[in-house]
Amino acid sequence: MEKVEVNYLLCADRALTVEFGDEISEKINTQIRGFCLMIEEYGVPGITELVPTYRSVTVHYEPDIIGYDSLIEILDTIIQHLHNVSIPESEVMDIPVLYGGKYGPDLDYVAQYHKMTPQQIVDIHTKPTYLIYMLGFTPGFAYMGGMDERIATPRLSTPRTLIPAGSVGIAASQTGIYPIDSPGGWQLIGQTPLALFDVGRKEPILLNAGQRIRFVPITQEEFDRIKQAGN
Amino acid sequence: MIEFLNKGFLTTVQDNGRFGYQRFGVPVAGAMDKYSLNIANILVGNHRNSEALEVTGLGCTLKFHTGNIFALSGGDFSPVLNNVPIENNRAYYAAPGSILALGGGMQMCRAYIAFAGGLDVDEVMGSKSTYIKGKMGGIHGRAAQNGDIIKFCAPKTWLPNMEHRFVPKECGPQYSSHPTVRVVLGPQDDHFTKDGIDTLFSYEYEVTQNSDRMGYRLEGPEIEYQPGTDGNIISDGISLGAIQIPNKKPIIMMADRQTTGGYTKIATVITVDLPLIAQLKAGDTLRFAPVDIRTAQQLYVERLTTLRFIRDNLDSSTILSRKVMNVSLDGAAYHVDISEIG
Repeated sequence: MEKVEVNYLLCADRALTVEFGDEISEKINTQIRGFCLMIEEYGVPGITELVPTYRSVTVHYEPDIIGYDSLIEILDTIIQHLHNVSIPESEVMDIPVLYGGKYGPDLDYVAQYHKMTPQQIVDIHTKPTYLIYMLGFTPGFAYMGGMDERIATPRLSTPRTLIPAGSVGIAASQTGIYPIDSPGGWQLIGQTPLALFDVGRKEPILLNAGQRIRFVPITQEEFDRIKQAGN
Repeated sequence: MIEFLNKGFLTTVQDNGRFGYQRFGVPVAGAMDKYSLNIANILVGNHRNSEALEVTGLGCTLKFHTGNIFALSGGDFSPVLNNVPIENNRAYYAAPGSILALGGGMQMCRAYIAFAGGLDVDEVMGSKSTYIKGKMGGIHGRAAQNGDIIKFCAPKTWLPNMEHRFVPKECGPQYSSHPTVRVVLGPQDDHFTKDGIDTLFSYEYEVTQNSDRMGYRLEGPEIEYQPGTDGNIISDGISLGAIQIPNKKPIIMMADRQTTGGYTKIATVITVDLPLIAQLKAGDTLRFAPVDIRTAQQLYVERLTTLRFIRDNLDSSTILSRKVMNVSLDGAAYHVDISEIG
């Protein structure tokens, strides 16, 4: 990794945003992953939480354990050494999806919009591995990059009031999965039987920033089996 | 256990918040007025960040089916225990069958009721705080309903220095319906013109109806963006007290805020002044004043020291008598708390 330069943005007395750039790019995401990894391995006393986003990491800390000046000193050291860190390849997770029908009520519309067959949309959607840049919006919602522009589709003009958890959708050139039942305006093309968010689970949230995912088409039988197995 | 004879306007269980999951998009939630949460808990011998009831706007009525020690802090909701008026910031024992009734919060909109030993409610991801939108924590992820019953974890009939377990009001934040709130500029103050920043610090802003646990929307003079910027950024993290400026008007991001967002944040309210915001109602006004990061951290550490002193004084010594007074010395006001320890 090349030398990294950052800006420190103040968020009052208990948080600091470390800004790596002002764009969405895989390069910045790699720097962010390296930075978080180093802090976690270093175990800086007083740092309580890291929130990585597209272009920055918000560092939450306790000023009675580590003051602003000492924090900056440590972060500077970490950033100076960041280019030496070897960052493991991001893990790729397969997300099984049942496309079309009642699980993807907008698949036909998306196909018509692009003058393709529904199968062509599915083929294009399942081809790439998508990088998860950040989670936000609702618990477990992943902001991903890497969707093929050929299937970019505008949002619904009138949002739905209830979209079931697990729905996979397209909004402009983004694709995403709804982790919980919520209203929304994305074009729904399928649904995963996996629970992205389950408070009863040891790791309540399935996805993580920095991971990659791949959508894998499945049949109704496989969908039911995975759903019944309770993931 | 306690039973809700009347749920009030909005009563939820809140502790310090759900930390460690913001990176997964899970909002922190937690008490809006952390100082009052801390005081109520310390008075009943709990850890200061334990769970308590957060009562909003109009108070609830509770029946104690089991006796326990409790304390109220925050807004004055004219509380009565078995029809006898009681004070905020003082520990009381409620015998089995007692009824605690709160009225309306006139000056401040949130009160906290802490119970010795804590409340046996849903703990999700390390916190009992209720996040209503995410249906998690507290009373099954929702506000209290009439008839709800909550068990105590470990009720008590006695605590050391019971008759001296009070905290003078003057000790904490100087609550007001028109406070001046201190902020540190950033994270995106460079997206605003000098005039824009001057505007923030020169005028009063009014709390609108559209304010809740997620954020306080303010009405007042427009704040000017730098040419070439429009108030939007590539999403980044939102910390507690961040002042977002979408459409040139401020929103102060509070306990239930989303974890990330794409609006510019001109400044952030310092931790020790957040309780002042948490107690504001629609129609109240506030002013902002700049402070530097090191001062903000010093104030935070002093606040923690005060809370620790109060706790240690109440819990670890035997108080024979206690006197609290306000003293003026060389033009400065001091608050003196004298305890005779045996």
